[in-house]
Amino acid sequence: MRNRSRFLIPVLAAGLLSAACSGGSGSSTPTGPAEGAAGGGAAAPADGGAFPRNETLYTSGTQWGPPANWNPLREWDCATGTKGLVYETLFMYDPNTDKFSPWLAESGDWTGDLEYTLKLRKDITWSDGKPFTADDVIFTFELGKMETVPYHPLWSWMKSATKVDDQTIKFSFSTANHQEWANHLYSRAIVPKHLWEGRSEDEVMNGVNEKPVGTGPYAYQSHDQDRMVWIKRDGWWATKALNKDVKPKYIVDIVNSSNEVAMGLLLQKGLDLSNNFLPGIANLVKGSFGIKTFYDQPPYMLSANTTWMWFNTAKKPMDDKEFRKAVAYAIDTKKIVEGVYGNLVKGSDPTGLLPQWDKYVDKNVTSTLGFSYNPDKAKQLLADAGYKDRNGDGLVESPSGAKISLKLIVPAGWTDWMEAARVISSSAKAAGIDIEADFPDYNALVDVRNQGKFDLVLNNDKQLANTPWLYYDYLFRLPVQKLQSTTNYGRYENKRAWELTQQLDQVKPEDIEGMKKVTSELQKIQLEDMPVVPLWYNGLWSQTTNSTWKNWPTSAPNAPKYPPTVWRNWLEMGGTLMLTELQPASGG
Amino acid sequence: MRRYFGRKLLIYGLTFFVAVTINWMIPRFMPGDPVQSMLSRANVAQPAAVEAMRAHYTAMFGLDLPLWQQYLNFWGSLLKGDLGISIWLFPTPVSDVIVRAVPYTLGLLIPSILLSWFAGNRFGAFAARRKWLDNSVLPIGYVLTATPYMWLAILLAWALGIVAGIFPVAGAYGFDLQASWSWTFLGSLAQHWFLPFASLFLVAFGGWAIGMRNMIIYELEADYVNYLRALGAPTRLVRRYAFRNAILPQVTGLALQLGVLVAGALVTEIVFSYPGLGHLILQAIQNQDFFLLQGTFLFIVIGVLIANFIIDVAYVLVDPRTRTGMGGAA
Repeated sequence: MRNRSRFLIPVLAAGLLSAACSGGSGSSTPTGPAEGAAGGGAAAPADGGAFPRNETLYTSGTQWGPPANWNPLREWDCATGTKGLVYETLFMYDPNTDKFSPWLAESGDWTGDLEYTLKLRKDITWSDGKPFTADDVIFTFELGKMETVPYHPLWSWMKSATKVDDQTIKFSFSTANHQEWANHLYSRAIVPKHLWEGRSEDEVMNGVNEKPVGTGPYAYQSHDQDRMVWIKRDGWWATKALNKDVKPKYIVDIVNSSNEVAMGLLLQKGLDLSNNFLPGIANLVKGSFGIKTFYDQPPYMLSANTTWMWFNTAKKPMDDKEFRKAVAYAIDTKKIVEGVYGNLVKGSDPTGLLPQWDKYVDKNVTSTLGFSYNPDKAKQLLADAGYKDRNGDGLVESPSGAKISLKLIVPAGWTDWMEAARVISSSAKAAGIDIEADFPDYNALVDVRNQGKFDLVLNNDKQLANTPWLYYDYLFRLPVQKLQSTTNYGRYENKRAWELTQQLDQVKPEDIEGMKKVTSELQKIQLEDMPVVPLWYNGLWSQTTNSTWKNWPTSAPNAPKYPPTVWRNWLEMGGTLMLTELQPASGG
Repeated sequence: MRRYFGRKLLIYGLTFFVAVTINWMIPRFMPGDPVQSMLSRANVAQPAAVEAMRAHYTAMFGLDLPLWQQYLNFWGSLLKGDLGISIWLFPTPVSDVIVRAVPYTLGLLIPSILLSWFAGNRFGAFAARRKWLDNSVLPIGYVLTATPYMWLAILLAWALGIVAGIFPVAGAYGFDLQASWSWTFLGSLAQHWFLPFASLFLVAFGGWAIGMRNMIIYELEADYVNYLRALGAPTRLVRRYAFRNAILPQVTGLALQLGVLVAGALVTEIVFSYPGLGHLILQAIQNQDFFLLQGTFLFIVIGVLIANFIIDVAYVLVDPRTRTGMGGAA
């Protein structure tokens, strides 16, 4: 009896203690718990500091750190919405329909082989009241003459931008890179000349640009370490010119701390649009949690980019295209799509072109040269090329007898990719190829990848855009430099492919047939040489709730079809238009 | 007295120099190049543009210089109070980033250290020599003090945040609020503060309670206690004398424990996404932000040294023996 009570007392006391502690410490806080509960979301609008829930759109999934700058030239780390909500682009591009629609521009046409004429809309004003004119556009493009501005290379083939009148600009080129130019037309955020003039190169590229002045529908309201708040401004030009209006008065973009937090907020309806990757979201979409995705069945999301596996073709045995092909056949992509992602992603086409670019895929080429998971075929290819298992460990050695042992690197902490790398490793081993998954730190990975000191690496840097040229540029760009920092990580050298890529750049975007002729040849080279294996399409991660805002883009017949996202560089691909389609859920 | 503090200050100065040097070195031994990682995230299409940007930023952060020169420059600018520019939150100065985070960390640390120390000591002293309380305090204390901070934090977040839904599990205040002096805001601040505070408090509390309980039991068996009892002194008085003697090792313990507590606060902040220094350190490591990492560690080193110094002073005040010792030496 004594013994038992001795055992029971701690348990009892633990309960008492924790109760006492929470009660006791609660009183040491400045306000009681009842007061604190108001933070849950239903705070009265009368309270000066709170955003009324029914006028506020909560988003997340873009920022991974506190908002640090509002500089639209820093397209990769400016606060969510800087480009799109404040600074706008000349055109909008809708990847789902492959259509450009004039935005700040009224129209634009090639008026000569090497000349492009752009007409701007009238009556657009900056948020400080100054008119938006041709000078601003020319100024913005001429900023690219500074070497550290990311679009500096444009000036290697653009000769000049000259003003015809306040609404008209003539661009003249030394080479007409149509595809690239079309990309510039909807990607470059136009900045006001009257405020940016006189800034040094350092200020232009490295300036914080507090209180951004743009032409867009929102203005800076406030920010803190874990959020960015935009407030709707009056007098957005599109309300008059296009009869478009954004409904949310406030947009609060929440800095991601973790996907679990995003999931929690989403379930509590504290988040209207989450652009986080949430594993297992399929189960919630099917259940009655009020969470929606673009499609209500696999793959649930639109596709945003392709995950590729690069071979370091400067190393043996990856310099042998037969070996590379065998690896391509050995990878069980279906297992990644189903097992790792639970069907949230889609297996890739053999060409790696995103579904939105399907029209550029030459089905004749892919039907003869395309590959799919087939371990027997992989073994056959290896045997034919002289790769044999000489020491009986079930893994092949190279024709010269050298041991093959490769490492596939994936950044540590990217759990879905790590799992995918394990699947690749095990399915390659089953076909006799020794591939080990390895998970270095992201920074270390970038280092060895850029220097070409890896065997195999996964990468998905290139996002969906207006032209598949971007993907071929990513695959085939030459010359190979000491550091390959954005393209051709595999150091694959094929002069013909690079010529074709440059040729593709000069085909007009309207000339689909002309583009297809070039892409077909490129696909033939790609599939015959297999410098890289496309694996799966990552989704445009997007989860929405209907509690406060409705009419989100979905695959349903009458719903908008714009990409439902506020990711950087996606607002001009339809994100802003998505905001104009939103409606308050409560009918008011 | 002067000699005592002079020696202490010399030791602190040396510690500071070594700690700061190590903080400077460690991130530079990590594999990878912060500028390349930053540009890799930037996802710029054109290799030519990337090359120009890489050269620009490498020169700007002074990473193109030989290491010894970087080290000298580091001390040079440090003495001018310049901690550099954060790579992760470019172009925010590191000092700004830290200043924004420090109130949150101090707001967690100071109350949890002081309250747990006071409450732990009181409770431990109270529990000693009371049979059934002792039987419960001892095991609970052991369990609490052996609990890793983050584990308790996760447990609390799960139980009180997710399941019970009483407390929020992330951030410093509600996402629908703006910083202001309204009651709603302060309430939300307190509500977000509570769980990280509680997890720090509980772990430290366990440790102090056990320590105090053991000390009191030891003191209650000392000769002077027996003597007092024999004289017929009331139990209250006896216990008060014992408490005063028992508190001394606890003061020393506080000095020793500070570093551990700070480390605990760092992981707790990460669990609760609380925007303090711990959160910053994690991000700085992940983004290879040399300058932010240096700055945060520098701040922590200074903080721990100052706290130790205060405890040294306090020790002189509470323990008369140190004073007589110093008087004799000087």
